[in-house]
Amino acid sequence: MTTSTDLANIGLTGYPRADGRKGIRNVVVVAYLVECAHHVARLIVNKFPDQPVHLIGFPGCYPNEYADKIMKQVLTHPNVGAALLVSLGCESFDKGGLAQAVADSGRPVHTVTIQDVGGTRSGVEGGVEWVRWAVEDLTRQERVPMRADELVVATICGGSDSTSGITANPAVGAAFDQLIAAGSACVFEETGELVGCEFHMKRRAVTPELGDEIVRTVEKASRYYTIMGHGSFAPGNADGGLTTQEEKSLGAYAKSGASPIVGILKPGDQAPTGGLYLLDVVPDGEPRFGFPNISDNAEIVELISCGAHVTLFTTGRGSVVGSAIAPVIKVCANPRTYDKLADDMDVNAGRILTGHASIEEVGTEIVELIARVANGECTRSEALGHQEFILTYKQFEPIGPGCLPLKAA
Amino acid sequence: MPSTTPAQATSLLLMSREDNCLIARVDLKAGDEVSIDGRAVALPGDVRLGHKVARRDLAPGEKVVRYGAIIGTATAPVAIGAHIHTHNLESDYIPTFTLEQDGNHFIGHKAP
Repeated sequence: MTTSTDLANIGLTGYPRADGRKGIRNVVVVAYLVECAHHVARLIVNKFPDQPVHLIGFPGCYPNEYADKIMKQVLTHPNVGAALLVSLGCESFDKGGLAQAVADSGRPVHTVTIQDVGGTRSGVEGGVEWVRWAVEDLTRQERVPMRADELVVATICGGSDSTSGITANPAVGAAFDQLIAAGSACVFEETGELVGCEFHMKRRAVTPELGDEIVRTVEKASRYYTIMGHGSFAPGNADGGLTTQEEKSLGAYAKSGASPIVGILKPGDQAPTGGLYLLDVVPDGEPRFGFPNISDNAEIVELISCGAHVTLFTTGRGSVVGSAIAPVIKVCANPRTYDKLADDMDVNAGRILTGHASIEEVGTEIVELIARVANGECTRSEALGHQEFILTYKQFEPIGPGCLPLKAA
Repeated sequence: MPSTTPAQATSLLLMSREDNCLIARVDLKAGDEVSIDGRAVALPGDVRLGHKVARRDLAPGEKVVRYGAIIGTATAPVAIGAHIHTHNLESDYIPTFTLEQDGNHFIGHKAP
């Protein structure tokens, strides 16, 4: 059984950053600021196949406050060591503001503007030269001891089936309870997948005001998805034995464990203390830009924007994705899926269904794996080169006054 | 809420005491004899791993309960041991959309 003492004994390490946080990876990020610069950015990244150089970007040409905030938070995420911005030149992204925010965070940053440097070929050449320098520069940084209360762990489920709520999700819940006892911040999300669980969650909130905010957040999600005409429910969910949104929700909710809920975050907000946070991913106001999140990786990006060092991804049907910037640990719920996709899976929680392990045992296995991954061990998706990243248009109001009761303390 | 003790040597899992459905731990075939609360029941149809069967006879309009919580409303009579899915259970919140057997047709199972 892993306890807080054990997590401390494992001896976490990380790269120290100027804002006091620590990173478990030291990535050079290449970020395109409009789809028109995507190809140049990709050609730059492709020159560094065996280096920690990750491609991210925002495809839109129109400005969006949410996209600005997420790009800023992702490029100053503790796992990031340096950033190259790739601009076409005429897009409306505030590249100056973004470059300034990265520079202010103490990280090397450089901007290649394709229209200014003479086109694709010279844009790639200039970018490659800078990234080569940045990769070399980052090798001089060394890991230092990192405490459990400096660690942020997120969870998401994708490709859920009926086994997700029996095995992998409760096992992640058990891991969350152990991490929170050790002082870590843990984040669960997708309020559209918590429809039907709002009053259970309200009872777990540390203040009545937070409980009311949780109910309002889920009501917002339910209304938004109803207008969209679909719940957060895909045909594969039904094939796997799930029938309704609320059935999927109850299974998804098991990922949150049993700890008190200490706050609500919106994308890009940072957890002010350890404990369990709910990330509200559903936009505010009338639906304007489509579905809240078009696929799982859009949610993973939002979890990373909240400072998550690592994401626990539970899957029954068998998602294979990873992510840029922060490692994804895949916890497979269905023993049959594990047999088919073992090369993509980090943890076989299906052993709970076949009677070979308890929920607590798999929870402990997950915590121990997080510690090894934090210290540099590759997850399966990292080893296979997965670096998915999606960022699209959204709109949010700042969180309400009751959402972070521990912040003032 | 999801307090689970699933590692039992039975083919059907009870997630919570108050549930009126059970979850298949393995693929089951029509005619397979299973034990439901001590009663031997021959399954009327195939049930795949992770899918639900009725723990007792259900009437249309009855709430289906899993994890001790309501997951929707029965839309047809369901006999003990019968498969519970989109053909006889609907969400109380949001319609469920699935692909039909041929994988080409998208159909909505409308919430009331």
